[in-house]
Amino acid sequence: MDAIFLQILNGLDKGGAYALIALGLTLAFGTLGIVNFAHGALFMLGAFCAVSIQALLTHSKKVKDESITFFDAYKEQPYLEIWWGDLGTTIIDYAVPISILAAIPIMLLIGLSMERGLIRFFYKRTHAEQILVTFGLAIVIQELIKANFGSNPIPTPAPDVVSGSANIGSALGLSDSIVYPWWRLIYLAFSVIILAAVFAFLQFTTFGMVVRAGMHDRDMVNLLGIDVEKKFTIVFGLAAVVAGLAGVMYAPILPPDYHIGMDFLVLSFVVVVVGGMGSLGGAVAAGFLLGILQSFASMNEVKSLFPGIDQIIIYLVAVVILLVRPRGLMGRKGVMEE
Amino acid sequence: MLSKKIANSELAIMLIFSAVVLTMPIWLAPIGAGYPDLLQKFAIFGLFAIGYNILFGMTGYLSFGHAAFLGVGSYAAVWSFKLLTMNVLPAVLFGVLFSGAFAFLIGYVSLRRSGIYFSILTLAFAQMSYNLAYSVLTPITNGETGLQLTNKDPRIIDSLLSSEPVIGLPSTVLFGIKMSGYSGFYFCAVVLILGFFIALRISRSPFGLVLKGIKSNQTRMKFTGFNTRPYMITAFVISGMYAGLAGSLMAVTDPLAGAERMQWTASGEVVLMTILGGVGTLIGPVLGAGLIKYFENIFSAFNDRALHELFAFLPDGVENLFVTIVSPFVGEGWHLTLGVLFMIIIVFLPGGIIQGIERINNRFFKKSSSAKSDSNES
Repeated sequence: MDAIFLQILNGLDKGGAYALIALGLTLAFGTLGIVNFAHGALFMLGAFCAVSIQALLTHSKKVKDESITFFDAYKEQPYLEIWWGDLGTTIIDYAVPISILAAIPIMLLIGLSMERGLIRFFYKRTHAEQILVTFGLAIVIQELIKANFGSNPIPTPAPDVVSGSANIGSALGLSDSIVYPWWRLIYLAFSVIILAAVFAFLQFTTFGMVVRAGMHDRDMVNLLGIDVEKKFTIVFGLAAVVAGLAGVMYAPILPPDYHIGMDFLVLSFVVVVVGGMGSLGGAVAAGFLLGILQSFASMNEVKSLFPGIDQIIIYLVAVVILLVRPRGLMGRKGVMEE
Repeated sequence: MLSKKIANSELAIMLIFSAVVLTMPIWLAPIGAGYPDLLQKFAIFGLFAIGYNILFGMTGYLSFGHAAFLGVGSYAAVWSFKLLTMNVLPAVLFGVLFSGAFAFLIGYVSLRRSGIYFSILTLAFAQMSYNLAYSVLTPITNGETGLQLTNKDPRIIDSLLSSEPVIGLPSTVLFGIKMSGYSGFYFCAVVLILGFFIALRISRSPFGLVLKGIKSNQTRMKFTGFNTRPYMITAFVISGMYAGLAGSLMAVTDPLAGAERMQWTASGEVVLMTILGGVGTLIGPVLGAGLIKYFENIFSAFNDRALHELFAFLPDGVENLFVTIVSPFVGEGWHLTLGVLFMIIIVFLPGGIIQGIERINNRFFKKSSSAKSDSNES
């Protein structure tokens, strides 16, 4: 029972990341009609926002180590600590939450320039060409990151306060043995908040209403005198921010390296397809669902029954869904059915 | 008119192609590519790309899973070396057969959908095979280490034919000729020429025309009474067999097989090759494969010192500037060059190098070519 509860938590956690990326993919597809293979790269760029901010904050200078008196020893001390003492240390400790704030404008800028600079020339081209050009872009971004940060994963720890584990078992009145890392709980809450915010934005603002109308019938909205393309560009920027934030928050869970984006991209595409191309709710539901399925498949009991199932479960589900229910779990009728 | 006919005849095309391929060691030597390892790669990846083009170029179905067939071909070939004989012919045969059967299974399911769904289905299958090869199928694939020859392998046929104990690891042979170095290249080259011939025949056969019809309008093809599905499956299987052939040739020139050959980035690479050369043309994919493998080899060999030597004629400050600009693009980072090049090609020249050549042709010889087409019509 405890194990099952833990696996659900694990799954929700992973599912949160999938859902955030898949939501962005779906937004880009539903509005601009673009199949964006570079979306995983945006996730990775978000994670590397955290890495760069951390590197910036811990920018250090060599100082004499006073604790060693036998000989002259030197150690690296971050400027922030030199200037502000304990306050500086705290700021460094909170590198990841600070990067969230920094990541929003950065990712928005990256998203907008990506859309204006490349993607808008591909509205009218075939899906195959869109896939290929964004695939090329993903390679370029990935290699640039590799050239700057090297190919090893870079640890970006969460703040000390939340580095431990929460004893949620006793808090919920279940058994004491259920403990779960704080940061992962925060990630789960964070992804739910972001998802809710995006949905609220689309549902309750005038801007969101126009976007939804545009997704439904682009030409009609255009004829009503609204510049849909402009709105959609902003939506693409928004999708980039969502992917970037998912990346920033994921950095403490999995130290980012340059191919983290590609790893998530493939899975997220599968998530989008399972949820139904162009359906926002479907993408989110499928994200959490597949996350949970994956974590259940990696339980030892299941693995001993079906060896290797943890490696392929997501793809297997995708294959079955695509063949049995072509438009996905929640896909609307007529959207990309063939 | 006559010259055009000759240029279009299969015999002429095959003669020119064979001559160019077989003399590669000579004419590639001046640009530093005249050594067997690289030449083998040209031939092998050329085959892979030709096969991929039969699917993507002729029918327009973008598969992201062809590396799986390459991997299956490699594994089958290495197992043939381990269990039966070091002769390469059975290995190649098994590679093609197994990958063909595998392609039939995957194609049968994937081809029920088209467009982006087809791409994602093939991607899903390839990732599944890759993950399984790494984990559960370790007894067959030897997991992360990769499948290798050992001294304990039974090699039934070889041990029946000769009783001499083999010292060290045996090498792959074709009836006594060792398949390493130039003989390995010539074997691959002959296979490449055969493969090219088959592709040429396919593209000019009624079957090839049906495939091209599917690409331009599948619905209309169905209305005219073609059941397109068997044609698609056949094309998929043929193209999978080409991939398996390429994979088994990899094992022939270097008898080991690893799961990383099946990763989806490897599938992406063959897409790049095909696009770079020219989708839907016959020679384009071979050209693209050769170019990518050549640049991979040349660019990854560059390091900072080589760059400093290259720009040594410039004043010091400018030299350093150039080296800093260029260095991320070479050596380890040659994939960056590839990515940039690829994007440029897709944006400006979706038909690849072949389209570029045609455009240049049209610009400079426009009058003569239009005159020719007029005379053809009359």
